[in-house]
Amino acid sequence: MSFKDYIRKRFFPHIWCPGCGHGTVLHGMLSAIEELGLDKNEIVMVSGIGCSSRVVGYVDTHTLHTLHGRALAFATGVKFSRPALRCIVPMGDGDATAIGGNHFIHACRRNIDITAIVMNNRIYGMTGGQYSPLTGTGAYATTAPYSNIDYDFDIVELARGAGASFVARGTTYHTREMINILKKAVMHKGFSVVEIFSQCPTYFGRKNNIKSPIEMLEWMKDKTTPIGSKAKQENPDLIERGVFVQNEKEEYCDRYDKVIELAMNRALKEKGEK
Amino acid sequence: MKKRIRFVQGNEAVVEGSLYAGASFFAGYPITPSTEIAEHFSVRLPQVGGKFVQMEDELSAMCAIVGASLTGNKSITATSGPGFSLKQEALGFAVMAEIPSIIVNIQRGGPSTGNPTHGAQGDVMQARWGTHGDHSMVVMTASSIQDVFRVTIDAFNIAETFRTPVILLLDEVVGHMREKLVIPEPGEIPIIERLRTSVRTGVDYHPYQPREDGRLPMSDFGGKHRYNVTGLFHDMWGFPTTKPHMVRKLLRHMVDKIECYSNRICQYKKYYIEDAETLLISYGSSARTAMEMVSYSRKRGRKVGLLELQTLWPFPAEVVRHSCINPASVVVVEMNMGQMVQQVKAAVDDPGKIYLCNRYDGEMINFENVKDTLRIIQGKGI
Repeated sequence: MSFKDYIRKRFFPHIWCPGCGHGTVLHGMLSAIEELGLDKNEIVMVSGIGCSSRVVGYVDTHTLHTLHGRALAFATGVKFSRPALRCIVPMGDGDATAIGGNHFIHACRRNIDITAIVMNNRIYGMTGGQYSPLTGTGAYATTAPYSNIDYDFDIVELARGAGASFVARGTTYHTREMINILKKAVMHKGFSVVEIFSQCPTYFGRKNNIKSPIEMLEWMKDKTTPIGSKAKQENPDLIERGVFVQNEKEEYCDRYDKVIELAMNRALKEKGEK
Repeated sequence: MKKRIRFVQGNEAVVEGSLYAGASFFAGYPITPSTEIAEHFSVRLPQVGGKFVQMEDELSAMCAIVGASLTGNKSITATSGPGFSLKQEALGFAVMAEIPSIIVNIQRGGPSTGNPTHGAQGDVMQARWGTHGDHSMVVMTASSIQDVFRVTIDAFNIAETFRTPVILLLDEVVGHMREKLVIPEPGEIPIIERLRTSVRTGVDYHPYQPREDGRLPMSDFGGKHRYNVTGLFHDMWGFPTTKPHMVRKLLRHMVDKIECYSNRICQYKKYYIEDAETLLISYGSSARTAMEMVSYSRKRGRKVGLLELQTLWPFPAEVVRHSCINPASVVVVEMNMGQMVQQVKAAVDDPGKIYLCNRYDGEMINFENVKDTLRIIQGKGI
């Protein structure tokens, strides 16, 4: 199999702008799935609304394209009702950290076996370049014409604090590394979060005077470093990449199976007593 | 065989009715006065191998039941007032994606936080039009515990037959009232199971291509067909489209599949209607008060009848029109500022003889309220 066997070819070319990083994330995701040899029939991809959510249209699995921010809530229904299915949820800035922030932290807390892929491009692209909770201070957006005063979320810290049992970060520049991280995330039993820096030259780049997608990719190369690297010790401002959290924690559906067992036994016992 | 007889709340009857209908998934968030539904489901569902989850809010609960329905489970959520407002977004998704699902709203006083511990029937129009855009909606209600049980089953049957969300619009009085419930043996009440596609693996399956009868056979997520489900207007494969003729066709289908079958969907009960000179039209707990008026009047030889609506939407316009032809006056009894009365007026030939007897202060409408209204109509004064 090649990753191409996992796509719906008739929907190409895709809708993303030239230079957009989301196609790279899609490629990484499909490569990870292909390398793991997963069956298309056992995967449900659930997305919200935005540029990132368009991923599901191109993937030949079961796909559910839902409401802005609510993808994890729908995915929880899918996974919890049929735990044998593998749920992957591509999300954008708003889906994960703004309108969907509450669903995000509670999915982390429950530790339900879903893989959330947060495609962080620091902007709302679908609506034309407004600032997001990931934009960061000082950047420009169509709704931050005098520069942004909002502090940004650190997704890794947010997911860790909320209880996700797998948390990682990658970039569209480091594609091989991204594929490896995604493979680990998909195979992890429990809620896994992978933040992927993705470039939006059309809106973030234009508003912030970054001339080309290549410049944005070079920023990822220069400003990030593997976790615990020597470079990080020398320059604490560098952003770390890699797997931050990976721990064994009983998964939600498994825990509920025990509730079912308990409830059934108790009901049988009560019936016997009568 | 000995029947199972219980003494339960309306909220518990919803749970028992759901289980009888084969429900296997509940997601919800506690809110007065619907909370007992979540509590009972949390006990009962795992006993039968089903799933209960308390979500982080009402909107995620509505989303979760849509997800669970897609994997082939009969799914339900329950809420009240503010929670019902929050569910409207995902309710619209269930309409657009045609996902069978049940939403219970145990009505309380509103707007806003309103009157959480008191009954009201102020969400009749919200149930119809709460989510944005053109659409049809099936909304059902009941006035007794036995009827709550039955209507809950009917709601599941309609949801599966027409691939649609169904709203069970009860009120606080019915939800918290306790009465006898006789639980029938399995098989006594027919249960409609999901219509699944017979299209074989590898053959092009069209999840959104209606059959001649308007029904759309489904395929469970995880099953043999992989397809797309979206809240956007879509083609027969479920892929987004903005083509005007396809948008028009889909919207037409979504509305027609309900409206064209309103005769099959609409349920009502008629009490002493044939010779009624005064007709009461009511629903939910208000219908109990109206029924008391009918019994009182009949004992005194006065010709009062009752049309109790169990389906509020699609509005049973023909039944209402027909029932209102002979009576000299018609009184709509409801606990709001006059939501259903407008529909009745629009449906009948002579709106001049339609009156409203209502209450919206949190107290249940009582016998005296109805009696006073009838006296005023008859020119007797209070």
